[in-house]
Amino acid sequence: MATVTFIDPAGTAHEVNIENGTSLMQAALDNGIDGIVAECGGACSCATCHCYIDSAWVAKVTPPSSIEKDMLECVIDPQDNSRLSCQVFVSDELDGLVVTIPQAQY
Amino acid sequence: MQQEHCVIIGGSHAAAQVVSSLRLNKWEGKITIVSADAFLPYHRPPLSKSYLSGEKNLEEILIRPPTFFERSEVEVILGTRVTAIDRAAKKVHLDNQTDLPYTKLVITTGAKVRKINIPGHNLPGVFYLRDLNDVDHIREFLGHAKDAVIIGGGYIGLEAASALRSLDMNVTVLEALPRVLQRVTAPEVSAFYTRVHGEEGVRILCNASVQSIDGKYKVESVTCADGQVIKADLIIVGVGVIPDVELAEQAGLKVDNGLVVDEFARTSDPDILAAGDCTFHYNPIYDRHLRLESVQNATDQSRVAANTICGKLEPYRALPWFWSDQYDLKLQIAGLSQGFDQVVLRGSTETGRSFAAFYYKEGRLIAVDAINRPREFMACKKALAEQKTANPELVADESVDIQDAFQP
Repeated sequence: MATVTFIDPAGTAHEVNIENGTSLMQAALDNGIDGIVAECGGACSCATCHCYIDSAWVAKVTPPSSIEKDMLECVIDPQDNSRLSCQVFVSDELDGLVVTIPQAQY
Repeated sequence: MQQEHCVIIGGSHAAAQVVSSLRLNKWEGKITIVSADAFLPYHRPPLSKSYLSGEKNLEEILIRPPTFFERSEVEVILGTRVTAIDRAAKKVHLDNQTDLPYTKLVITTGAKVRKINIPGHNLPGVFYLRDLNDVDHIREFLGHAKDAVIIGGGYIGLEAASALRSLDMNVTVLEALPRVLQRVTAPEVSAFYTRVHGEEGVRILCNASVQSIDGKYKVESVTCADGQVIKADLIIVGVGVIPDVELAEQAGLKVDNGLVVDEFARTSDPDILAAGDCTFHYNPIYDRHLRLESVQNATDQSRVAANTICGKLEPYRALPWFWSDQYDLKLQIAGLSQGFDQVVLRGSTETGRSFAAFYYKEGRLIAVDAINRPREFMACKKALAEQKTANPELVADESVDIQDAFQP
């Protein structure tokens, strides 16, 4: 279980408790947090669940696959700490994680 | 003043998105979903993939958890059908003998499977693959089966073949047309899929129309039109779907190849909207009417419907796109390739498992099938939405970055 803070496109912070094994994408959708579109439902096929992982946490999340990396190149405003939130899964180690949601997914 | 009440008929992708979008827009009216399904809205794509193979369970494929519907103050009536829409009185009749009044109605009934009517089609062991119940029944049967025959070489058939191979079953796909995926892809792509399925141990037979399903108490074999008999103790039929427009037709709404909606998802009744697999709608990028069978259309059109309900008229003009996962192949399709007159390949279909097929019509790019080529897919999705084309020579040249191939 981890407490994760999502900062939505309007800049509002939402603190959410997430069960281990749940993706950040699913947690955002489940909690009605704006800005994660997730068209393909987590199949790593649409790149509309783009998020920025707070730099203090980038090394603590499991690294992206090559498919995810290719998809990330094409999101709006990719940064070094960009991830597809459907590919980042919560564990106890991520307690306190801060995730920022971009202004637009497409 | 009467409170607004949005009733949604159907409980799948479109219904879940209408709800999400209404509440994100801060719409405060009452919302009720009436679904014939016994479960909350769940993702359909995994049914022919990870749910069929047993990798995922229901909880893992729900589109939203139960708490979402509670928090959003949405009533979900499950296991219940709407029997009629009374447009004059603005209410729907349910099969539990109650009525639900509405101020806005959204029809998201989706599509029903096309059925085969050959001898033996009712034998135990013959399954369609459309909803969760179908796959639960297939999964129960898997324990007693070793030889699967899949009738239909479209996406459902090929995805199911891949899932069943991961369970070590013997799998044969029977396709009536000369090649698999004929309706939706170029011959080179069909050939690629046939090769990879072959490498994975699936037998694909084309020009193979099934004449009968044979067996005494349950499925034992199928007989093809050319006389070939193939052993089978499990059959999955995937031969397409038809839009579920019965209620709409009975209510006098305009129906063509699907329930007709305008660019704001409105039917011929100003208080009734529709979204998803059941609709027939105009697409400005392709300048023709379409009926799409995809998650993308369900979710994008549902956003439009919700916006319309909220008084925000934003026309539907999304680029159709689609994906299919089989083995280690991620196919991502941007655009619609029907009517193509030229195909340009980037990479090889004959070896390896990574290439992209660019479809052209009258010299302009209309679609791309990208297999394990997410960069090509994402670049084309953006370019096609902007109605750009791509220089075929640059596309075919892998030393040229795909981003440099596009032009107005």
